[in-house]
Amino acid sequence: MGIAFENQVAAPQLPSRPAYGDNQTGTHLPERAGSLNGVIVPEQPGKNAIEVRGVRKVFGTGENQVAALDTVSVSIRENEFFTLLGPSGCGKTTLLRLIAGFDFPTAGEILLHGQDIAPLPPFKRPVNTVFQSYALFPHMTVAQNIGFGLEMLGKPKAEIEARVAQMLKLVKMEALKARRTSQISGGQQQRVALARALAPQPKVLLLDEPLSALDYKLRKEMQIELKRLQHETGITFIFVTHDQEEALTMSDRIAVMSAGKILQVGTPRDIYDRPAERFVADFIGETNFLPGTVVSKHAGVATVKFASNATIAAGYPEGFDPTGEVTLVVRPEHADLVPDPVKGTIAGTLANIVYFGTDTHYHVKLDGGGENFIVRHQNSRSSPVTYATGAKVGIQFEEDAARVLKD
Amino acid sequence: MAEPRAMDIKDQPGFRSIAVICLLVLYVPVLILMIFSLNSGSLVTHWEGVTLGWYGSAFRNEEFHAAAKNTLIISVTATIVSTICATLAAIGMTRVKPWRGIAAAFMVINLPLMVPEIITAVATLSFFALIAGTLGLNFGIGNLILAHTVFCIPFAYMPIRARLEDMDLTLEYAAADLYATPWNAFRRITLPLLVPGIMSGAALAFIVSFDDFTITQLVAGPGQTTLPLYIWNQIRRPMTPEINAISTILLMVSILFVSVSFLIARRRAK
Ligand SMILES: Nc1ncnc2c1ncn2[C@@H]1O[C@H](COP(=O)(O)OP(=O)(O)OP(=O)(O)O)[C@@H](O)[C@H]1O
Ligand SMILES: [Mg+2]
Repeated sequence: MGIAFENQVAAPQLPSRPAYGDNQTGTHLPERAGSLNGVIVPEQPGKNAIEVRGVRKVFGTGENQVAALDTVSVSIRENEFFTLLGPSGCGKTTLLRLIAGFDFPTAGEILLHGQDIAPLPPFKRPVNTVFQSYALFPHMTVAQNIGFGLEMLGKPKAEIEARVAQMLKLVKMEALKARRTSQISGGQQQRVALARALAPQPKVLLLDEPLSALDYKLRKEMQIELKRLQHETGITFIFVTHDQEEALTMSDRIAVMSAGKILQVGTPRDIYDRPAERFVADFIGETNFLPGTVVSKHAGVATVKFASNATIAAGYPEGFDPTGEVTLVVRPEHADLVPDPVKGTIAGTLANIVYFGTDTHYHVKLDGGGENFIVRHQNSRSSPVTYATGAKVGIQFEEDAARVLKD
Repeated sequence: MAEPRAMDIKDQPGFRSIAVICLLVLYVPVLILMIFSLNSGSLVTHWEGVTLGWYGSAFRNEEFHAAAKNTLIISVTATIVSTICATLAAIGMTRVKPWRGIAAAFMVINLPLMVPEIITAVATLSFFALIAGTLGLNFGIGNLILAHTVFCIPFAYMPIRARLEDMDLTLEYAAADLYATPWNAFRRITLPLLVPGIMSGAALAFIVSFDDFTITQLVAGPGQTTLPLYIWNQIRRPMTPEINAISTILLMVSILFVSVSFLIARRRAK
């Protein structure tokens, strides 16, 4: 990304070069292309910014041991917008803290551009963090907060002032630069935290649920802003959220975590369309679960029979061998209602209709019992059929709609 | 029907009378002491008229000057040294990995609060007598400064530690994240945020040293009379309202420092 990075940062509001060199930080990290001494090192495409190898983190001792991270391995590429997604307590913050250097792994190693960073204290790691709680310095002004990193790197005063001005403009905080950070709103604090972390131009930016405190509209704005920033600076973003929609819309790749483990890493489309496990399908988007029996398998496609004797072809993830009783998952928008129950693969009674503006959810009580099956229809001016609660309906599946997943 | 809200203390039977008695017992003697410092007669029991003369004679009194000077030397030095020690101790007890014996260290720091002062006084006296006897060492007023420093440490320690514990640790992580070395993080982040705690600890230490009597009385050598000792010596003679004036001056200094400490603590709570 070396050359490209230089081109991108020629944009006026952007810092023009990496803020730290090996000389200041005392690291033994490889020179980055276009770094201070002007040596341009060609970079291999798709090089990894961060590699996490077999990392375990155990808190407590004896009875009270918790494995906050249970042998996690993942590679994060340069320039990538990488998201850690998972429920509360699954170990997202712990992983960020290990990368930032505030804590040490119980086992395993973390590489930054191919170098083990274990010997580097946090203040020597070219990684900056936007903290979950912002952690702005309350005794300093907005501008002093943003300039702090550069000041600590020993940058000349003029350079610091110029960079701070750029950053203030970037996050639209010029008017409030002389305010104390306790005298600005939550959304403004969040933007200052972002500017402060970006100012030294780290190689990797860690963002721990930075948008969670914002209202819906500001959050949407900041999501777009963050994407733009990431694209323009070429900094690798590791973004933590437990909002699946945010993860899907912003990320290049997502790692879905649960209870200290990474369950699946993939593009948003991968994760949504081809979830590797039931947990992933359940956590991301809405999903219907249907019981069935595998009757045959061929080339990654299983034929599954429902209680009603109807059958369906369903794909399954590599390395998983479904047999006997299984659970099928079907996204609500991959199924359709038909007025004639006999024409559907499965049948039931319309229990509930929920209108959402852009689309409508039909809750169908299946004849075979179990949980209600949800079908999602996008609303349009000319919806062909209207249904009423209590009507008998059939459910049809689109091709490839059903998948068999590990429980 | 009235909601079962928190009850109003003023509605409790007897509250008013008990409160009035307590306030009277506490403050009437002090009030009388202050009023008689303005008495134009020379008795502290018989009111004759108003004058500021006793303040004038107090300010011209050379023994009072010497005592005030001793007190200031001892209190200021003990305050500075004990506040520095307390700050270092508080950081060592809150900003490091829990170490073996941290609970014992906490006990040791706070022990002077629990040991009866007369015991500390006797022990300190015998200690200085011992080193004077065996090593021939006598630090003069340094003995008093040393003794005061030691018993001031826990008073300075408490507010500093409380402030450190209140402080958001993430701020220090953020500083490290932004390339601040541990020393820089301390100097630029922890220390400035700790200042209110340090000020309030120092104010407390000063007060405690300023009006200490028991330990000072036992340890002080000739020519080391402090203000509390001076007052003690005066009241064993026929008393004049001058002693009331001196006491009132001391009281004002104490009130000033307590208020400063209180105001700083309140600003920090906001
Ligand atoms: N210092 C600690 N001591 C003991 N247990 C800890 C510590 N830090 C984290 N844990 C535990 O490790 C697990 C993972 O915590 P972590 O903070 O990484 O979760 P998270 O995914 O960031 O959650 P959230 O979305 O709520 O922020 C939790 O079970 C937590 O209780
Ligand atoms: Mg977290």
